[in-house]
Amino acid sequence: MAAVRTSSEVAFNRIAIAAVLIATLIFLAPIYWIASTAFKPKELAVSVPPTVLFEPEVTPFVRLFTKRVQMQKAVDPQVYDAAPWWEKRIYDGGERVLKVGKDVQLSQYPDRFMNSLIVAVISTVLAVGMGTFTAYGFSRFKVKGEADLLFFILSTRMLPPVVVAIPMFLMYRMVGLNDSHIGLIILYVAFNLSFSVWLMKGFMDEIPKEYEEAALVDGYTRMQAFFKIVLPEAATGIAATAVFCFITAWNEYAFALIMTNRRAQTAPPFIPSQIGSGLPDWTTIAAGTFLFLLPVAIFTFLLRNHLLRGVTFGAIRK
Amino acid sequence: MASVALTNLDPASRAAARGWSDLTIRNLFIIPTLVFLIVFNIFPLIYSLGYSFTNFAANRGDAWQFVGLQNYRELLSDDHIWSNFIITAKYVIVSVAGQMIVGFGLALLLNRSFPMKGLITTLLLLPMMMSAAVVGLFWQLLYSPSWGPINYVFGLGDFAWLSNPDSALYAVAITDIWMWSPFVMLLSLAGLSAVPQHLYEAAAIDRAGWWYTFTRITLPLVSPILLIALIFRTMEAFKTFDIAYTMTTQPTAELIAIRLYKQAFQQWDTGKSCALAYIVLIMVLAITNLYVKYLNKVKER
Repeated sequence: MAAVRTSSEVAFNRIAIAAVLIATLIFLAPIYWIASTAFKPKELAVSVPPTVLFEPEVTPFVRLFTKRVQMQKAVDPQVYDAAPWWEKRIYDGGERVLKVGKDVQLSQYPDRFMNSLIVAVISTVLAVGMGTFTAYGFSRFKVKGEADLLFFILSTRMLPPVVVAIPMFLMYRMVGLNDSHIGLIILYVAFNLSFSVWLMKGFMDEIPKEYEEAALVDGYTRMQAFFKIVLPEAATGIAATAVFCFITAWNEYAFALIMTNRRAQTAPPFIPSQIGSGLPDWTTIAAGTFLFLLPVAIFTFLLRNHLLRGVTFGAIRK
Repeated sequence: MASVALTNLDPASRAAARGWSDLTIRNLFIIPTLVFLIVFNIFPLIYSLGYSFTNFAANRGDAWQFVGLQNYRELLSDDHIWSNFIITAKYVIVSVAGQMIVGFGLALLLNRSFPMKGLITTLLLLPMMMSAAVVGLFWQLLYSPSWGPINYVFGLGDFAWLSNPDSALYAVAITDIWMWSPFVMLLSLAGLSAVPQHLYEAAAIDRAGWWYTFTRITLPLVSPILLIALIFRTMEAFKTFDIAYTMTTQPTAELIAIRLYKQAFQQWDTGKSCALAYIVLIMVLAITNLYVKYLNKVKER
């Protein structure tokens, strides 16, 4: 832009900013629709015309976490009065919460959510741990055929999941790793490892090697220098890499769909499987989706300065 | 890359005299990762290469025979498979072109200073961070012919986006454009911010028009990074599975990855699926090669 702005430039600038705001609203609309449906009364989720403003309620979340059955007749008023607030919401919908004795029976959702958490956290720790060491190795030492090895590592990331899943499924079946946390963790480590090596190498290359050399002169061993000098310097990079790996594992669908069905099933294949025949209860699905997307939304904000690096495997920095 | 000095691997170096040698440390740091990737990525692929020459079916015990190249021959002459590839090509072209246009357009609009720019940029990036399977599922509600907000807003009545054979693929592509335009936007923004301001100032002094400035300065300088976005998105769109799989069951939207999944895990035609997987794999690796080549080019600047 020239230093002196003409009035047409100012006008164009205003139009551009207005267009950005409109685009932002359009891009956020589907996300708003998920979030708002999660708090809608059942009938408003499928209303004509679609409902934008309404009085929010948390009943979809109560339905999300409980096992319920349709009631044949109206609930006994005494039982209703004695029930806690959330159970009343279920009675209001003509259903009752299933219980074993006094314990409320939980739906499968918390289980699947926990599976997602277990698999994503453990695979992230392993992928980032191994990736950090390997990235340091590539960043600081001469490696024969470095470019080829790095290409090999990256290419494993590009393999289509379904292609890898066919032989892995057969091999897992032989050793009994189908539908297990360990099986899924191994796949996610393999998938994220290449990403973590490339991203961490970008971060490692930015740490001046003079830091370690000074430490070596001071009498540190190479390992001490790595743990005491390099790792603290790389902390931000490690954190960013970890969040990226977590999000990838958390969102992954194809491997989870193929390799798990009950015990180790994660949320992404579970949430769509709730849509059976008949009219789906979109509010409960939205509640599950909302809770599932929430961590990623928060992480995106924490990562905002590293996103460019992350999506280009560390090749482009700001 | 080249500017990073490499430590000399002299076994008699000062550091090596204490503790492990640099050589040991290097091997210790690098080899486990390589072994892990070979065991869990390369070995399975060799395993499935073997099966691709058999008529093995994973749900029928172990009675299989070596059939040579028959699977490959059958696949390459199967019209059904070709139609899956054509559907995939259509999908790649529509969704990647859409992402490039919307993403680069957004970046051009965003490439100026205004209040809350950081917040708005981050908000725009949200879709690409989310699970395609789960978000795709929810687009079923958005597209719903009876109560979907999309038909209501655009006055499309009861147009059934996802169960209409003519529109299902494009409906999925629209969702994919929504999800991944932010990716192109992010890369384009980086490219745009790297264009030296003095070029624009010189163009303004010469009274160059907007179009001239755009085609002679902006576009040439941003194109390397746009190319990276283009190749990467092409590769990803080619592999698309989850978003299309959770959104629609229309045969006209059966991408090659979905076809592969069905053949392997619903029809249990394992041998043939392994062969198809190899055909897909070779295509993906070709694009990957191209991608890395351009990635390294941009990196060196």
